[in-house]
Amino acid sequence: MLSGAASKLEILLVEDNPGDIRLIVETLEEGRKDYNISVAKDGEEALNFLLKRKNFEQAPVPDIILLDLKLPRKDGIEVLKEIKENDGLKAIPVIVLTSSSADSDMASAYKNHANCYITKPIDLDKFVVTIQAIENFWFTIIKTSKSK
Amino acid sequence: MNMTETDTRQVEILLVEDNPADVRLIRETFRDFKIRNSLRVAQDGVVAMAMLKKEGEYFSSPKPDVILLDLNLPRKSGFEVLEELRRDPDLKRIPVVVLSSSDAEKDVMKSYDLNANCYVTKPVGLDDFIRIVMSIENFWLTVVKLPPA
Repeated sequence: MLSGAASKLEILLVEDNPGDIRLIVETLEEGRKDYNISVAKDGEEALNFLLKRKNFEQAPVPDIILLDLKLPRKDGIEVLKEIKENDGLKAIPVIVLTSSSADSDMASAYKNHANCYITKPIDLDKFVVTIQAIENFWFTIIKTSKSK
Repeated sequence: MNMTETDTRQVEILLVEDNPADVRLIRETFRDFKIRNSLRVAQDGVVAMAMLKKEGEYFSSPKPDVILLDLNLPRKSGFEVLEELRRDPDLKRIPVVVLSSSDAEKDVMKSYDLNANCYVTKPVGLDDFIRIVMSIENFWLTVVKLPPA
């Protein structure tokens, strides 16, 4: 159903917590589809990857971005802002996945055009269910733009 | 599943759709959903904007938590509605799910450029259509944290 059904879906995970990275990557790898998952561990690295700077000249354009908010070097809201202000990147859906349930973070994310805002559940099983829900919705139902 | 403050109150949904069969199907699917919701329908883009801006007879329309937006609409297109919404400081944060029969790349691209939250193509088969509407409600009403009303 996705426009890129024939090729692997490219996912950029922007996350600094190693436990969360492992859980998210493992859950997606056990899912129904094959993905190429790239991980950026801070906001600067994420933007270098997206803008093909520094060591990322060969980086693929992601079909979808999973973005944590509390990140070293450059925070998630800053990354989001730069993505959505960039004509070449703004059409890439950004799913904010954060431990913060503060209304101010949520309001700021939606204001800067996050495609959706999801709070990480503390409970491990619920976390997995949430990742699976993201997978079911965003990676199977949603049409992303294949224009790169 | 991540529970939000929307669990305790009714989730308000605005469906902007001119096809009566689609309206009926979506309404019935939402009626059966586990989370209490109220679905209002605007049959064209002008009525949708009037409801959102509480103009005239729509003065008591509630602010929706989520908008389901068709693109091909009478009087004012889905793109125009989306553009106006995103320019309005009171309405710009409301998540918009584009639900369109169009599969055209230019429509997908333009929707995301205008900051649609996601783009879903209406399937042709009835069962697929119901399944997709159920996925939309499950994702947006239970997994996502919606902006405060």
